[in-house]
Amino acid sequence: MKPAPFTYHRPRGLDEALEVLAALGEAGKVLAGGQSLVPLMSMRLSAPAHLVDVNHVPGLATVHVDEHVVRIGALARHSQVEHDAAAYDALPLLRQALRHVAHPTIRNRGTTVGSLVHGDPAAELPAVLLLLDGSVTLRSAERAREVEAASFFIGPMETALRPGELAVAATFRRPATGSGTAFVEVTRRHGDYAVCGVGAVVGASSARVALLGVGPGPVLVDLPDAVRDEPLDDERVHALVEEAIDPEADIHASADYRRHLAHVLVRRALAEAHHRAPGRAA
Amino acid sequence: MSVDLVRVSFTVNGSPYDLELDPRRLLSDALRHDLRLTGTHVGCEHGVCGACTILVDDAPMRSCLIFAVSLDGAAITTTEGLQSSDGGMGPVQRAFHECHALQCGFCTPGFVTTVTAYLRDHPSPSPEDAREAIAGNLCRCTGYQNIVAAVQRAADLVTEGATGACVAPGTEEPT
Ligand SMILES: Cc1cc2nc3c(=O)[nH]c(=O)nc-3n(C[C@H](O)[C@H](O)[C@H](O)COP(=O)(O)OP(=O)(O)OC[C@H]3O[C@@H](n4cnc5c(N)ncnc54)[C@H](O)[C@@H]3O)c2cc1C
Ligand code: FES
Ligand code: FES
Repeated sequence: MKPAPFTYHRPRGLDEALEVLAALGEAGKVLAGGQSLVPLMSMRLSAPAHLVDVNHVPGLATVHVDEHVVRIGALARHSQVEHDAAAYDALPLLRQALRHVAHPTIRNRGTTVGSLVHGDPAAELPAVLLLLDGSVTLRSAERAREVEAASFFIGPMETALRPGELAVAATFRRPATGSGTAFVEVTRRHGDYAVCGVGAVVGASSARVALLGVGPGPVLVDLPDAVRDEPLDDERVHALVEEAIDPEADIHASADYRRHLAHVLVRRALAEAHHRAPGRAA
Repeated sequence: MSVDLVRVSFTVNGSPYDLELDPRRLLSDALRHDLRLTGTHVGCEHGVCGACTILVDDAPMRSCLIFAVSLDGAAITTTEGLQSSDGGMGPVQRAFHECHALQCGFCTPGFVTTVTAYLRDHPSPSPEDAREAIAGNLCRCTGYQNIVAAVQRAADLVTEGATGACVAPGTEEPT
């Protein structure tokens, strides 16, 4: 099917984009990579009256790395982030997770920030942002605000973004030195959205996982019994994960199967992250 | 509803175009209907099958997931643009032909563009690499074996010129 008609806006600067979005309010929708929005429009599940195409706004295709964070601009494509050497050195989890996002061809166009704003409960990046205590920078014509991951993801396909706002960047906090990370998932077919996925960070004084596919959004679980240099308490880990998740059945998997996957993948992700932690006791 | 047409300029296979399009025109439809470049095929129209894959500034993308008006200033390459300089088949096209890597041919333009871009970054792929390279493209006919062979054959053709022959995976014998 073909998208419904809409009015197209092509701002050439950030201020212009914010003015257009302010003027349109509820009627305006941002077009970034279009890798989620265009299929939704083609299937007529979405029919915005106005599209504000931000692909021609200069200065947003950025990957910034410093000693504390990796900050990704609104127009950095998944593939740009995935292949950025400095971002990989600083935060390998980004590449570990991005490799599971669709196919390389989709990653060449889709943006990392767009994936966060889209807020698909099966998407990898929201789980990563939550896992790393990250935040999203939202700008409107009047103000800028920084929203922590924990309050950014509200429900399936629902985030804290308000009409008139543009997400200009996402900030991922680097875990403590000596931590290891991993991202594992199970998909029905190569490149599909995951049935269940788990990201893990294991450090000397904390360990945590974020799961996708087992709730209305990413689920964060702190696992003090899985820290780097202590013997792993399998039963405690199982109990904490069990308490946090609430999987539902759909055409891809039963709730029980998702629950089973969650526990298997948590073990796998913790083992991989532990193995990669540079400071671990031999 | 009357729509405002939007002006967009880009190049396709090196030729400049300056068009006025309905903004909802998908790039796949603009190529096929407005430019009459019907080499690009349309299957699923939601990003899954890969038949519509074209190159935007040398990177493979789904033309069914891009509004044509969004590509102002871009350099687009379709399978028509991947011929050799004398107008014959380019190396990837030739490899698909030699290895019998197509039957109905519906999926082929998307494979040709995807493989062309892949070989630029990975000049000598193993069979496993070749499978990974084409994992985002569906083919209903061939069973993929000959496509994997074609990826490797194309790599030889690109790097060495026109020697050797097509070798199917799992055999040492030319097919
Ligand atoms: C076949 C296929 C498979 C896929 N598989 C996966 C997968 O396994 N995992 C996964 O995570 N994703 C997957 N995706 C989706 C892909 O990651 C998208 O790129 C991503 O979800 C959205 O990014 P985008 O830049 O394309 O956003 P768009 O499609 O342009 O926009 C998506 C939504 O976010 C809004 N938006 C985007 N950017 C901004 C911004 N800066 N400010 C305000 N609002 C904004 C838009 O208005 C829209 O509502 C898949 C897509 C396809 C087609
Ligand atoms: S037609 Fe574009 S991916 Fe299937
Ligand atoms: S040759 Fe028919 S779909 Fe691939």
